[in-house]
Amino acid sequence: MNEISNKWIGERTIRPDGIDKVTGRAAFAADTSMPGMIWGKVLRSPHAHAVIKSIDTSKAEALPGVKAVVTAADIVDFPVDTPVPLGIQDMRWMCRNVLAREKALWHGHAIAGVAATSEAIAEEACALIEVEYEVLPHAIEIDDALAKDAPILHDFITFDGKPSNIAGTLEHTKGDVEAGFAEADLVIERDFTTRPVHQGYIEPHACLVSTAADGKMTIWSSSQGQFMVRAMTALLTGIPQSNIRAIPAEIGGGFGGKTIIYLEPMAAILSKKSGRPVKMVMTREEVMRASGPTSGSKSTVKIGVRKDGKITAAEGIYWLQAGGLPGSPIRGAVGCALAPYDIPNGRTLGYDVVSNRSKVAAYRAPGAPIGAFGVECVLDEIADKLGMDPLDLRLKNAAKEGTKAVHGPTFPLMGYVESLEAAKAHAHYNAPLGPNQGRGVASGFWFNAGGESSAQVNITEDGNVVVTTGHPDIGGSRAGIANICAELLGIDYRRISVLIGDTATIGFSNLTGGSRVLFASSIVVTESTKKIIATLCELAAKIWDIDPEAVIWEDGEARPAGANAGQFPPLTLEELAARANESGGPIGAGTQLNTTGAEGGFGTHICDVEIDPELGIARVIRYTVLQDVGRAVHPSYVEGQMQGGAAQAIGWALNEEYLYDKNGKVDNPGFLDYRMPVASDLPMLDTHIIEIPNPKHPQGVRGVGEVPLVPGPAAVRNAIHNALGIYFDDLPISPPRILAALEGQKAAAE
Amino acid sequence: MTNIQYLAPATLDEAVRAFAAAEGAARILAGGTDLLVQMQSGFAKPGMIVDVKKIPELMAIEETAGGGFIVGAAVSGATLERHPTFGKIWPGALEALNLIGSTQVQGRASFGGNLCNGSPAADSVPGLVAAGATVTIQGPNGRRELAVEDVPAGPGKTNLAPGEIAVSFTFPAHPAHSGDAYLRMIPRTEMDIAVVGCGVFLTMDGETCTAARVALGAVAPTVRRVPDAEAALIGSHLDDAALETAAAACRAACNPIDDKRGTIAYRTSVAGVLLKRTVAIAAERAAQA
Repeated sequence: MNEISNKWIGERTIRPDGIDKVTGRAAFAADTSMPGMIWGKVLRSPHAHAVIKSIDTSKAEALPGVKAVVTAADIVDFPVDTPVPLGIQDMRWMCRNVLAREKALWHGHAIAGVAATSEAIAEEACALIEVEYEVLPHAIEIDDALAKDAPILHDFITFDGKPSNIAGTLEHTKGDVEAGFAEADLVIERDFTTRPVHQGYIEPHACLVSTAADGKMTIWSSSQGQFMVRAMTALLTGIPQSNIRAIPAEIGGGFGGKTIIYLEPMAAILSKKSGRPVKMVMTREEVMRASGPTSGSKSTVKIGVRKDGKITAAEGIYWLQAGGLPGSPIRGAVGCALAPYDIPNGRTLGYDVVSNRSKVAAYRAPGAPIGAFGVECVLDEIADKLGMDPLDLRLKNAAKEGTKAVHGPTFPLMGYVESLEAAKAHAHYNAPLGPNQGRGVASGFWFNAGGESSAQVNITEDGNVVVTTGHPDIGGSRAGIANICAELLGIDYRRISVLIGDTATIGFSNLTGGSRVLFASSIVVTESTKKIIATLCELAAKIWDIDPEAVIWEDGEARPAGANAGQFPPLTLEELAARANESGGPIGAGTQLNTTGAEGGFGTHICDVEIDPELGIARVIRYTVLQDVGRAVHPSYVEGQMQGGAAQAIGWALNEEYLYDKNGKVDNPGFLDYRMPVASDLPMLDTHIIEIPNPKHPQGVRGVGEVPLVPGPAAVRNAIHNALGIYFDDLPISPPRILAALEGQKAAAE
Repeated sequence: MTNIQYLAPATLDEAVRAFAAAEGAARILAGGTDLLVQMQSGFAKPGMIVDVKKIPELMAIEETAGGGFIVGAAVSGATLERHPTFGKIWPGALEALNLIGSTQVQGRASFGGNLCNGSPAADSVPGLVAAGATVTIQGPNGRRELAVEDVPAGPGKTNLAPGEIAVSFTFPAHPAHSGDAYLRMIPRTEMDIAVVGCGVFLTMDGETCTAARVALGAVAPTVRRVPDAEAALIGSHLDDAALETAAAACRAACNPIDDKRGTIAYRTSVAGVLLKRTVAIAAERAAQA
């Protein structure tokens, strides 16, 4: 446990990026331009599934103003039989995602790129590229891809010895599931579907790449990891990492969707070929057609309980859409589905299913909301059938410290039970409901993560502090780090600037994702700051001519440790910085670590809806997110994460889905008809922070951002059930679906 | 490279001349909230753009006798909202126009643009039809006037002849004890396009409805006036039976498609619901007017 004084940790300090963002000064990826810059545009497949027989770019290259063209032939090939993992991605699929190689696998799949002196010329040149396609039948939905006569996307993928669109499986088992179901007094089994949902970041993917005559390359782009950008671009272009400097722009939202790259390798090759800086910016339509949403899914969840509500067995089978290339987040689905519960006999199984849609990318707790949806819905029905309060049912089965999870680990100290108890006691849970209103609850889990992080903390000559880390800030990590560093140094947080370094100025740091950044970066910042405090104490000791052990650091100054150490006036950070050369020189410290000790997070949501039964509209009228966050280093940002996750969950539940036409083309590639909630759709989302500090972290941090999406879709669905007495097992629960179900209910009653 | 010629004439005659001379290669730019989006998506590729916002008649708001108005075709929603009396007299028409898009879009979007874009789901068009508005059109062969409901010809199509430009909308005198209203169904609360839209105008004599106009949007290839619903309301006390008959007439008038914004069954059902709700608002306004 931490022993810190809490002067700054837990304070709602002013966010360091706030003024730039509200005044428009913040520089996002598309804000960077250079003299001599030219524009890149992408030719995309007009077919959902087609063999690329030939690509002729000669007419495009002949168009005045065109400076370079790129196709898959310019990208390093990663043969399909040799896995090359990079983080959660595999370069075999990345190289085919960035530019279609053998086949166009979805409508909008990148086929070629052109760089020209204007966007208009580049677009015109794209239209001059002649591609010979052999159009193939396509499969969009999971059932289409699994059908007996389904078109097979990849002939190298087999399942059960036959060519298949099932690209992989993952299974967790504990105990004897069949025996567990045999012991149950009540067994509920249901089938569910969830739809692919886009992360919906406001900033489209964008980059600027400049290549010098000596081959050194600089990339400015918006991503969740500048080192990921460097590594993937290096692998896909064959350029050594040391020749690529990736500079992270301020990011206009990622939610997981910017943990992979699309444009940078194309722009790198176009820049290398043309010798000019090349800028590429996706349109919203390109984002919707060609960048990764999360998987759609179908699942079957079966849970058995005794009369007292104790779970005897649980099973979840999940099929997740990967898009046109393998790699859906089955780990999150099968790992998180049953994690909140102490289940003696459990089994989860996930299938990774390819179909002719854009390749999925990470999205906030990838896979976990899909896993939780069916489980939390079935628990709702069990509580209903047993006449039990749904929170009591969860409390009866809640995982605790020492519980062995179905996905393997034995849980350490954690705050799931606390989230349930807080929900039960919450005013929201005990408030009366009006006509056409209903209330639902659901819980969720996410692993959280540690991994590689680097930090450099430097004391300026005037005694202030600059902290550099290697992670793009998508959730308030700069503000959190400033609070932590201020706490450790005992100085005002406004004296600390927290910056995000580029790949040439800070050591390797894994990308921002998995709710890992504040966990990991605060470990390395803490280490660096402790080293600096030791240096400052040594400097003071030398000035005072006493033992370094006889100096302590308190309230931003060095003091003699006690009367025995001698009588000296304290030396402040400013005074010591000015006298740095009296011992050792400039004061600074770097730390690079593969951090460990991340522990999972749990949350519980309460949702109230009101239904307009004539129009079939469900509106969320009250919502409360309760979550164990370990330690809320900056509570406003923690609340923001909790609210953001819940807002996205409401979109999953009520409105968001991709609509495809019969040719396999997305029919709603924009925010008008891809209906994410707007602000007026949501009530104020209330939050309740629970702090059970992570004992393995210096400040007790667990990670916050992923968990608050996980319970949400089921909480909304359970609330709608409570209001109408109708189980909706397919998302989104849109007005036409609600109205049709109500009419069905009426007809059945007559 | 495609070159686009941009003109911003100061007179209507000049605009009509240029528009007609371009022979279909030109598009009229009012607020541009549809045109610029269509151009950006590659759907529209005009060779010439004729910006009509410099023409005084298209930007004017004139109050005529008895609560009538002449509203320039390019007057923006935000401008009309700030007019001291228009929204008090024609709240339904104004709310229909003001529902289009965001605050930013309201600074540009106009009745004329919304009508001439030809969308079956245009929000302001059922509002205009219910209000009994007519549109003044000027073309190479002079001026003419059409009832608003006679302008739409199908998705993206109007009955305007080549070279014709919508100039202004004439709202008739507003009888005593009359009220108008517009409601639309969208899955979200704003920033959306109508799945069903319903405009209603009523005149009341005590408890009795003496005049009614009903218009539906987004349920057929064009915005549609519903005479059977009007007939059911006129002479009634707006009682449940009359409302149900009118709602049934609205459902019967629906000829929608299944698309990304709604299903046939859903749209048809909702048309009847919106009729009842819109009538209730219009009746309350009539009682206060």
